[in-house]
Amino acid sequence: MSNGSAFLATTEYRTVGEVAGPLLFVSKVKGAAYNEMVEIHSADGTVKYGQVIELAGELAVVQVFGPTAGLDVDKTNVRFRGEVAKMPCSVNLLGRILNGMGQPIDGGPEVFPEEEREITGSPINPWSREEPRDFIQTGISAIDGLNTLVRGQKLPIFSGAGLPGNELAAAIVRNAKILGGEEFAIIFAAMGITRREASFFQDSFAKSGALERVVFFLNLADDPTVERLLTPRCALTVAEFLAFEHDMQVLVILTDMTNYCEALREISTAREEVPGRRGYPGYMYTDLASIYERAGRIKGKPGSVTQVPILAMPDDDITHPIPDLTGYITEGQIVLSRQLHRRGIFPPIDVLPCLSRLMNLGIGEGRTRGDHRGVADQLYAYYAEGVDLRRLVAIVGEEALTDQDRMALKFADAFEQNYLDQKDENRELEQTLELGWKLISMMPRESIKRIKTEYIDKYYNPEAAEEFAATEG
Amino acid sequence: MIVGSIAKVSGPVVSAEGMSGAKMYDIARVGELGLIGEVVRLDGDVAIVQVYEDTSGLRVGEKVECTEEPLLLELGPGLLSSIYDGIQRRLTDIAEDYGDFVVRGVTTVALPRDRKWAFQPMVEAGDEVQEGDVVGEVQETTHITHRIMVPPGLSGRVAEVKEGEFTVDETVVVLEGGAEIKLHQTWPARVPRPVKKKENPTVPFITGTRILDTFFPIAQGGYSIIPGGFGTGKTVTETTLAKWADADIVIYIGCGERGNEITEVLAEFPSLIDPKTGVPLMQRTILVANTSNMPVAAREASIYTGITLAEYYRDMGYNVALMADSTSRWGEALREVSGRLEEMPGEEGYPAYLATRLADFYERCGRAVCLGSDERMGSITAIGAVSPPGGDFSEPMTQNSLRITGAFWALDTSLAYRRHFPAISWIKSYTLYLDQIQDWYTKNVAEDWRTLRDKAMSLLQKEVELQEIVQLVGPDALPDFAKAVLETTRMLREDFLQQFAFSDTDAFCSLRKAYLMLKVILAYYDCLEEVLVQGVPLRQATEHPIKNEIARMKEIPSEEAEEKISDLLDRVQRELRALGEW
Repeated sequence: MSNGSAFLATTEYRTVGEVAGPLLFVSKVKGAAYNEMVEIHSADGTVKYGQVIELAGELAVVQVFGPTAGLDVDKTNVRFRGEVAKMPCSVNLLGRILNGMGQPIDGGPEVFPEEEREITGSPINPWSREEPRDFIQTGISAIDGLNTLVRGQKLPIFSGAGLPGNELAAAIVRNAKILGGEEFAIIFAAMGITRREASFFQDSFAKSGALERVVFFLNLADDPTVERLLTPRCALTVAEFLAFEHDMQVLVILTDMTNYCEALREISTAREEVPGRRGYPGYMYTDLASIYERAGRIKGKPGSVTQVPILAMPDDDITHPIPDLTGYITEGQIVLSRQLHRRGIFPPIDVLPCLSRLMNLGIGEGRTRGDHRGVADQLYAYYAEGVDLRRLVAIVGEEALTDQDRMALKFADAFEQNYLDQKDENRELEQTLELGWKLISMMPRESIKRIKTEYIDKYYNPEAAEEFAATEG
Repeated sequence: MIVGSIAKVSGPVVSAEGMSGAKMYDIARVGELGLIGEVVRLDGDVAIVQVYEDTSGLRVGEKVECTEEPLLLELGPGLLSSIYDGIQRRLTDIAEDYGDFVVRGVTTVALPRDRKWAFQPMVEAGDEVQEGDVVGEVQETTHITHRIMVPPGLSGRVAEVKEGEFTVDETVVVLEGGAEIKLHQTWPARVPRPVKKKENPTVPFITGTRILDTFFPIAQGGYSIIPGGFGTGKTVTETTLAKWADADIVIYIGCGERGNEITEVLAEFPSLIDPKTGVPLMQRTILVANTSNMPVAAREASIYTGITLAEYYRDMGYNVALMADSTSRWGEALREVSGRLEEMPGEEGYPAYLATRLADFYERCGRAVCLGSDERMGSITAIGAVSPPGGDFSEPMTQNSLRITGAFWALDTSLAYRRHFPAISWIKSYTLYLDQIQDWYTKNVAEDWRTLRDKAMSLLQKEVELQEIVQLVGPDALPDFAKAVLETTRMLREDFLQQFAFSDTDAFCSLRKAYLMLKVILAYYDCLEEVLVQGVPLRQATEHPIKNEIARMKEIPSEEAEEKISDLLDRVQRELRALGEW
């Protein structure tokens, strides 16, 4: 589509004028296209790939995917491929391991593409989108009960160095099921993670027998940084293909988006662009949106793309540009807490800053249960109160509190130990809701303000809560 | 047509040579694909074009055609219930013709050409008309009459009037001298449509959200911003306002936001019934959707597209509400394009003209006497969401917006964390419209409205001070009178300020119901004070079960509020005072 027919032939140049960081300045270029892919043959015979990121008259600026070590000005041969980056898509990619640019690295048979697609994709027409409203059960109470994931949503996990974000993502992949039972195809895109982390995921998928449903895209920590800019796009191109051509339910795990953003900053700096906050480029929001927005459903098509990106918050700071911009684009966030993690709670989800924007669409009568929203809000209200009071207790001591305050404190403890902490247990939604009611039943009935009276009549049962009063820590 | 060729490509910015004669803000078609762009800078015969579409695949040397016209919008019947992208392309048509993804280089007509509208003339041959005069009407939707106006700059004696069914392209009135008035007119998006004069706003813009209507109301023709970090409920607040706000027409601009949110609006609005007219809300709504992954330059234009549509309906004499979600994304688009133009950056990389552009935008709102001899009034009320990075309000977008807008509805992350929605902070927010619209409230709601409001505000203010003491000494150490304040403010927060946007009964709260609810809570406080004086322990008073009924006031439908809440008010006073008599 983007190839002007006059320029189809591959053209070669030996006119590299300057090499600066990951950038190559090629002069006397005629007919190169913006964002076109190039092959770079260095004097010693190695081949690298790159992309045209700026055109000015006969000068083409090429961003090299890989180190520019070994490239020289005289002998380097640059071939313009005449097309923008494309990803060969096929249903046979399932079960395969690819590198960050989408080339197989598992030694398996060649993949014959059913279709080659531009990796940048096109935005889904908002009119054509189908409202995401099918509940996905993840087996994790803090998600299912309080921040429900639905099909076609993008819900990131805000992790931190040393926090079990990957473990949580693996648990979600292991347990995820739609009411109706259809299985997910999983696209796993690794950006700059370590080999250890990559094998953790591989083992985890192997254990749950999911390997043949997974496409791995691996750009590991020692792989070229700039290649990371392509990895999520290749992965999402395959995801869209499987979802909208093969009607599959696709779950995309992107880890770690922080490394992706670092790569973006590196390129931006090399291009001498005006930096935005903390040196990240001003267009990072737009760039991230072009990745995250590729989740969703389309009217009249049964498939869906659901995204669970993982990112490490630098220094656990949620206002850092990476989590901040992500949160503005995604439909909620799952935030992990170091404090809960230290206390051995798994998954250590800090529910207060968590959110699922599409929750209301996926829950309620006829989807999950009528009381779902109310129970979630009430649990939130009590827990927030309890957490607030902890701070107060540290100063004035428990004696100075009112009775209701003391109950809220007890509630917060019981909530963390019984609701949040579930280790490897895979909980059905019914169990999660039942647990929620048990906790709510610890509190006086007249303090329940978020739940409709009919549900309180049906489920409120102070006797059931007594076991929690005993387990208080 | 001026035809030049591409010399340079950098992201959405393309330089074209051989463009002498092109004017600033002319629309250009770039490359073989004919991507749509706008001339943003001229340098000799080089025109710099910001392209509204992805520029991948463009080559140096490809042609650039300048249309020699600015970004023109089509204004006429058929706008309502439409969904457009940032440059007024019909997304429904794009989906029909090109599939589920927005492909490049596509153009569509903004108004359907095949549809015929019944035109009811209101002038006769020989009448003298001036700019803005209504020459006839078209019933656009069940409740909205589309007034066909003499375009600005045109006047004269009517030579010929037609009656019957016409498409938007057909001429319905001919003036002497040959000027034709069609069912539609065009207008450049970046130029404000003229009015006779701007007036001071005096009527409140009723939102149905208690905290806004009671504590921080704005006037029709006013403008307000809602800043807040992610997850604090900007979009929910915007859509709630779009649903229930007291406006004839709603323009909703999804500027650089999520695709699924637009889908929610699209799915919900056609089925939601406007309480005032009984027809689906979609019939009074126009959506301008430029989601975050759609091209950045079109995002910049979407704000102007939205406001021009709003001005057109204002000119007909309607009260229009404009929701812009989010103006920060517009600012960022401005920043991105400015960066590509290699302009000197101002604060945080934003261009130095950010404040000017913002002011130009907001000043296009307001209440005005429209053009035309009948002196009709129209208004545009604008609510702009702001998404400050890191939730920090000191950033340039928030601060520059604050200098212009008349109300500030600050969203608070800590409220959102505890699921207090709407998470509008009653401490940080303010409104400057209070004095202008107070008379209206006194006349239409209640005499003591302002007194109650101020009293509730001062209690909430006092709570903050008391909380500071509690942090030091614990709640038990407070005297009973102070505890009574905390008891009341807790009630204010939970039973009055919190409002559930997704509930049938609570999503919209009438002014009268809000007033009565407030009155009950403040009466409760007064009674507590009274009985405390009489020596009743606070505990005995606060354990009275009537408290639970106050907590359930929200669930009373607005139409039963007068009777039921007045009755509750009586009982609160009677039963609590009875405690003191023992």
